[in-house]
Amino acid sequence: MQILWFCLVALLLAGYVVFDGFDLGAGIIYLFVARSDAERQQVIRAIGPVRDGNEVWLVAAGGTMFCAFPVLFASSFSGFYLPLMVALWLLILRGLALELRDHLPNNLWRSLWDTVFAGASALLAFAFGAALGNVIRGVPLESTGYFFVPFFSNFQPGPNPGVLDWYTIPIALSAALMIAMHGALWIAYKTGGAVQRRAKGMVGPLWWGVVLLAVLITLLSFRVQPHVAENFAAHPWGYIFPAVTLVGLLAIRKFHQPANELKAFLASTVFICGLLCTAAFGIFPNVLPASGDPSLSLTIYNTSASSYGMSTALKWWIPGMLLVMTYFFVVYRYFRGKVHAEGEGF
Amino acid sequence: MDSALVMHRLHFAFTITYHYLFPQLTMGLALLILILKTMALWTRDERYSGSARFWAKIFAINFAFGVITGIPMEFQFGTNWAAFSREAGAVIGQTLGMEGVFSFFLESSFLGLFLYGEKRLTPLSHWGAAFMVFLGSWLSGYLIISTDAWMQHPVGYQIGPDGHVMLTSFWALLSNPWAQWQYLHNMFASVVTASFVMSAIGAYYLLVGQHEQYARTFLRVGVVCGFIFVMMLPFPTGDGQGKAVALNQPQTLAAMEGLFQSEEGAPMVLLGQPDMEKLRLDNPVEVPHVLSFLTYQRWKAKVQGLNDFPKDLWPENIPLLYYSYHIMVGLGTLLMPVMALAAFLLYRGQLYTFRPMLWALMLAFPFPYIATIAGWLTAELGRQPWLIFGVMRTAQGASPYVSAGNGLFTLLGFLGLYAVLSVLFVFLIGREIYHGPAPQPQHKG
Repeated sequence: MQILWFCLVALLLAGYVVFDGFDLGAGIIYLFVARSDAERQQVIRAIGPVRDGNEVWLVAAGGTMFCAFPVLFASSFSGFYLPLMVALWLLILRGLALELRDHLPNNLWRSLWDTVFAGASALLAFAFGAALGNVIRGVPLESTGYFFVPFFSNFQPGPNPGVLDWYTIPIALSAALMIAMHGALWIAYKTGGAVQRRAKGMVGPLWWGVVLLAVLITLLSFRVQPHVAENFAAHPWGYIFPAVTLVGLLAIRKFHQPANELKAFLASTVFICGLLCTAAFGIFPNVLPASGDPSLSLTIYNTSASSYGMSTALKWWIPGMLLVMTYFFVVYRYFRGKVHAEGEGF
Repeated sequence: MDSALVMHRLHFAFTITYHYLFPQLTMGLALLILILKTMALWTRDERYSGSARFWAKIFAINFAFGVITGIPMEFQFGTNWAAFSREAGAVIGQTLGMEGVFSFFLESSFLGLFLYGEKRLTPLSHWGAAFMVFLGSWLSGYLIISTDAWMQHPVGYQIGPDGHVMLTSFWALLSNPWAQWQYLHNMFASVVTASFVMSAIGAYYLLVGQHEQYARTFLRVGVVCGFIFVMMLPFPTGDGQGKAVALNQPQTLAAMEGLFQSEEGAPMVLLGQPDMEKLRLDNPVEVPHVLSFLTYQRWKAKVQGLNDFPKDLWPENIPLLYYSYHIMVGLGTLLMPVMALAAFLLYRGQLYTFRPMLWALMLAFPFPYIATIAGWLTAELGRQPWLIFGVMRTAQGASPYVSAGNGLFTLLGFLGLYAVLSVLFVFLIGREIYHGPAPQPQHKG
């Protein structure tokens, strides 16, 4: 039962990264791919109708984790207090920017909110990457089951790490690049004209950046978190996850060139899911490794709710998520097709 | 009290109070918009669908602000109240998780359809979208209220072998008797807030002589709904809620009423100031025997005063609790004759031209907001010193490793950010009011 809920929470988080990832990524490259006001509206219309729904995954992931792993929820949210609060402010600013931008036909007003939107998107992607890095590296959990990490300490992933150090910063950067690439592929798929051309032009350099950082991070991870190597050695079938990741990464390259935008975007989705699965497999059954004494690590077993609670939650969770899926299917179908710079799109 | 605890309490109190300025309007407005859409479907009168379109814009701005200030609420259970989440997450994680999965999805998806779909959908399907928005927001309200109700009156749980609370009955959690009156009282208060806001804008347009046809529709719907729902706030919903407090939290009732000594035939206090040094009420203005009657339906019944309870079970801030309760009741009592008079004038056909009444309606809209906030302060201050009534004290619930300095840092951040939000909100709503309802129906396009 714990394993099932571990997979479900991971699924929701992956859903969040895949869906909200492309609108975050569109935000990161927004100022570069869209120059004129009409082009900027084109990008916003390419994410606008689905963005609100995409954030449901974050709320659902938080709620599901609270329900199934209350101890993990309590420990990680209070331990990552500062970065989470900053992420909340960024989410508020980003939502506000998209909401407000089109209310006034005024250049200054629009460029203000355009910049807020792009900046908040980039910082959010960076922050989520740093969070993933922290979960793999481990945090200084104490015997009470709590910890607290500052933004930074001495930038070493040693006994008293901060959120940012030489291991998590590359992960955060690569997350920002990966999300930007994901967004660029979405924009390339959903738009035409100059915006599409510029978005496609960005994919190549971003791809190389992701590859370089991915190699670096893989090497660093085995050094920082030996548990990852142990897991793969003990269960070789787990190599399927990095293999899928690699296939996704190469497929992006393959489909991107002959203008097969949807396939390239889906390849990027496979890549992201593969990467997250690799990370989840690497730390399992830990959900938050301790950076000191490994026996203090939080696992799916010592953080879960009672079995009655978990089986009850399954009864509303499954129909609830089926509804969400149906809704996603309908909305994406309704807003299918390309968005153009001029005229009545959607 | 150590200062980190104070900081976490201020943090939650400030962010939840600010957040609740928005949902209290949208939940009530969802019902009013549904009524407007129903009337539009019934009469095929453009004034109703035009009004619905205008209020949908006001709804959308409030909804967006409600969402962006609402996500921090879910997070704060973990960030600031980790010990509480750890203790009780197995129970309230259920209701909060359901809120995340069901309501958020219902509301945001059908709101999009409602806002942008009028041109493409048939009138009946567009009505259906309005209905789903209403359903989503009222379901969301129930799940949040049942979370709070569990903290006020925990049911369906037992203490597990590890010392944490374990859920034993999901249905008991959802059918908590405390939640039922609290839910109705709260939702009716939301409808009252929305009705006053709708009437206020209608009155404003009539006073300045703009959009008069729409203004009359706003006033008609706002005043009729406002009158019906404001009358149901004291009875039966407030009365039912009061009896639940008397039964389950008698010391809270005593503190709310400023009843320091137990009394047979206890009076209802209208005015007076609690004096916590001398443990009495200064300058009391009372109606004899009424409290006994309202609580137990007998004029001579004994109502327990604070002296019947050990001091460590008293709510911590009795004066603030007492004032919150009296402000809620006092304002509610003031709002009833305002709506009653407006409804009477509407019935006589004189409302639209009687300017003093229009002025009163235009200026009255802040009071239901204040009354609602005061009502929530009453509920939550009354629960103190408990976080989960009878199970866990507030002092034990905060995150143990988040210091006062870090708490203040983020509290200041939220204060600053929400100050910016307030300015933008007033600007956006002001713009919508300035533009007014669209005079032409949108063409098929």
